[in-house]
Amino acid sequence: MFRSGITLAVIAAICTALVALTYRGTAERIVANEQAWLERSLQPALSGLFYDSGVTESKIIIPPPHELPGSEAAIIYRVYAEGAPVAALFVVSARDGYAGPIRILVGIDTMGVVTGVHVLEHRETPGLGDRVESTRSDWAKQFNGHSLLDPAPTGWAIKGDGGQFDQLTGASVTPRAIIKAIKQTLLYFEAHSEEIFAAEILETDKEETEQ
Amino acid sequence: MTSPGFIDRFKTGLWHENPGLVQLLGLCPLLAVTSSFVNGLGLGIATLAVLIASNGLVSATRRWIQAEIRIPIYVLIIASLVTCIELVFKAWFPALDRSLGIFIPLIVTNCAIVARAEVFASRNPIGSSIADGFVMGSGFALLLMAIGAFRELLGQGSLFARMDMLFGGDPMRGLVFTDGGWLLAILPPGAFFSLALAIAIKNSIDRRQREIRQQAMPGRGRRATQ
Repeated sequence: MFRSGITLAVIAAICTALVALTYRGTAERIVANEQAWLERSLQPALSGLFYDSGVTESKIIIPPPHELPGSEAAIIYRVYAEGAPVAALFVVSARDGYAGPIRILVGIDTMGVVTGVHVLEHRETPGLGDRVESTRSDWAKQFNGHSLLDPAPTGWAIKGDGGQFDQLTGASVTPRAIIKAIKQTLLYFEAHSEEIFAAEILETDKEETEQ
Repeated sequence: MTSPGFIDRFKTGLWHENPGLVQLLGLCPLLAVTSSFVNGLGLGIATLAVLIASNGLVSATRRWIQAEIRIPIYVLIIASLVTCIELVFKAWFPALDRSLGIFIPLIVTNCAIVARAEVFASRNPIGSSIADGFVMGSGFALLLMAIGAFRELLGQGSLFARMDMLFGGDPMRGLVFTDGGWLLAILPPGAFFSLALAIAIKNSIDRRQREIRQQAMPGRGRRATQ
């Protein structure tokens, strides 16, 4: 009985050491990967813009309740080019997805024009709703260049509902939810854009611009 | 113990005792992640690596482990190895890690691994235990890949999409044959159908071979004198 306890303890110590060593060997890469993944996942929402790198450093977290879509905290990244604001990125949740909330990234420039929409996280049906992902289809690209003036707010709906945007064959719930969330985000930006960029002063010596 | 040749053992792992196809072990990950080839390949590699290492470790420590505490020790070893593999995936294949999600940590619960530890590695020397892990892991991985490829082809009309998750580079759409496909194939029922089909194909090949053998050696078959 006593011997069993010792054996277990020794094996547990060896296994813990193994995990600890692996952790030490990988921790740095994992943190770097996560940062890179975040920066990369922001890119599709900034198509055609020149901006300073380090977008992730200008993050604001807006805890619920807020007027943005979704019941969880929303995240806003402010995008600058040579110190001047050019766009804001919103990470918000579209609530009425087919299977739970859809986490989306919406880029809006200072004129209120959409610079990109990218689906970050969802549990929509594979093969139907998941075509909103930018790796699966170009559906999310149709919003680029549109604002609350073009089309008028009533046009921010799928064609089946009398709006201007394409739906997906066999899936209208997912596109409807996402479009609604984009519209709500645009409305929020229209009302609060000054506060967003005024929220905190940024240091000026940012690295050079990249696309 | 090298008495059964390596080729024979390979046949055992890949075919006669394939963990997924014959022993029906590890069905949860098998059914859950095989919606595409790259997912099957990724989880296959992860499971293979864990199986080789756990067989090796269990075999190396088998002399010191008392029978009554062997199961907690197997669990301990397997859980640590899976954690290591998960960290390695997060560090070097972050996209694949994201895609496989919870199923990497869940390799811990893959019965195929505990089964090989108990049935084989705890009774055999290190060398052959590692070989057994390799063979059984390969059998499982190949089945994951086959079912993944089949479901991806039927369900999405493509093959080898998103291989960049393993090898890096820009997102790849792979070989695209049609746009979209038979949706059911990538939904959970499709996993059951595909596995059933794979088992049926294996059984029918086995039966045909048995019949051929019986015809070749009439004296030993049951219905040989026809």
